[in-house]
Amino acid sequence: MPQENKPSSVPPKKDKQEARRDFLKQSSAVMALALAPPLVLKAAQHDEAIAAVFEKMPVNLEINGKKMQLSVEPRVTLLDLLREQLALTGTKKGCDHGQCGACTVHVNGQRINSCLTLAVMQEGKKITTIEGLSSGDQLHPVQEAFIRHDGFQCGYCTPGQIMSAVACLHEGHAGSPEQIREFMSGNICRCGAYDNIVNAIMDVKNGGQIA
Amino acid sequence: MNPFSYVRPNSLKAAIDAMARDHSARFIAGGTNLLDLMKNGVTLPEKLIDINQLPLREIRQDGNTLHIGALVLNSNLAAHELVKTQHPLLSEALLAGASQQLRNMATVGGNMMQRTRCSYFYDTSMPCNKRQPNSGCGAIGGINRMHAIFGASDNCIAVHPSDMCVALAALDATVLVAGPKGERRIPFTDFHRLPGNTPQLDNNLAKNELITAVEIPTHPFTKHICYLKVRDRASYAFALVSVAVAMDISDNVIRNIRIAMGGVAHKPWRLPDAEKALTGKAPTSDNFRLAANIAIQGAKTYAHNGFKKDLAFNSIQTALLKAATA
Repeated sequence: MPQENKPSSVPPKKDKQEARRDFLKQSSAVMALALAPPLVLKAAQHDEAIAAVFEKMPVNLEINGKKMQLSVEPRVTLLDLLREQLALTGTKKGCDHGQCGACTVHVNGQRINSCLTLAVMQEGKKITTIEGLSSGDQLHPVQEAFIRHDGFQCGYCTPGQIMSAVACLHEGHAGSPEQIREFMSGNICRCGAYDNIVNAIMDVKNGGQIA
Repeated sequence: MNPFSYVRPNSLKAAIDAMARDHSARFIAGGTNLLDLMKNGVTLPEKLIDINQLPLREIRQDGNTLHIGALVLNSNLAAHELVKTQHPLLSEALLAGASQQLRNMATVGGNMMQRTRCSYFYDTSMPCNKRQPNSGCGAIGGINRMHAIFGASDNCIAVHPSDMCVALAALDATVLVAGPKGERRIPFTDFHRLPGNTPQLDNNLAKNELITAVEIPTHPFTKHICYLKVRDRASYAFALVSVAVAMDISDNVIRNIRIAMGGVAHKPWRLPDAEKALTGKAPTSDNFRLAANIAIQGAKTYAHNGFKKDLAFNSIQTALLKAATA
């Protein structure tokens, strides 16, 4: 369920210190009692780092073309932000340790593993997920090629495979089946659809649909 | 992950000051190893200092030195024209490591700072002198197929996992670091440590110091190079054994040669005796076999990694031959 996708959840123009103090003032009574508020307030004024443990931080992202002002705890990964707060569940959590590639998204056009970066580290960046790849009902050429070549079986790795494949083509790393296998090696498919995935990417490359 | 606070300083000084104020903090750049360790509870910093705003992303030629900022991404470094043409060994080593997604996140400084992938280090229910000093070593009497054959101690037999660092060790790079007392330079081969009695220390960087750059001197190794990585699958796996070779050959004589290995020690493992044995010699299979034999002297194996000695012997010869005929 989306929980924090309201742009209004963060005061838009307040400076960090001010927002932080506001947060502390607005904290629930239970929280306030537990944390001895005068001490925390004092600490927040002198060391802005301390307050951040307890509160969410503002982060501005452009996700699939839509600018968003969000609020996250520092420990939230980009993957968890997408899935848990924004309900963009097309991006999959496979291993959550950067070993499988299921969480692959584009940041400023480059493919990365969204499980191994913090959302707050992506301030100001443009994120593209599998949901942002098609133009309305018009599938991306790589999506169409995956369907045409049966480039999946269970489908769990597929969003990551497709995001990785689009980047692989853009990078110019799809010159041969061997090169595709090397540069797609960060995306594991336990069903073993590799041959069809490589064929799908080669098809797009040869069709000249992606420069 | 456990909660932590997060700061994003805009200057080198502010970053170092933030670390000086809180020694439980960690710098974060790409995060590909640190966040993994934090998810596993291996490292539990109370504060992360995000250094991505610092101006350390430049690659430039300074006279006889290639200057590489600590925040340069592994993918950008591998693809950089100066690296591909002047330091192709580094480019090859970078592309042998991780996946394109991870190379798009991982930085030069972070690659150097990555921790061992020893499974006992990662498993907080097991003893590990590196994670918890004086708790013992799970690997020495455990499953040690991936572990060191050179320079290990009775406290730790873990290996350093980097490919990039093997090339930088071979190319006689220098590490530039900044701290509260200013800047200092560390020869790359002195940056990482052997485990000895202090396996918790991977390198000689002080807690409040930050890597700012790596410099590579101009050298003649633009043609006869090879980075050979042997692993359990064709790609996207850590090395069982890797070999970096760079040589300068003229008139069928090896004028200058560098050899380093990965996957065999707690640090990138230079082979000075083998280099010495081949300098001034002809690049022949016989000489390469001789050098490989010198290189594996002193190898110490454990219950499951005996094969690494043979693998190293063969891989060194293969890499030397490939480099010579490149």
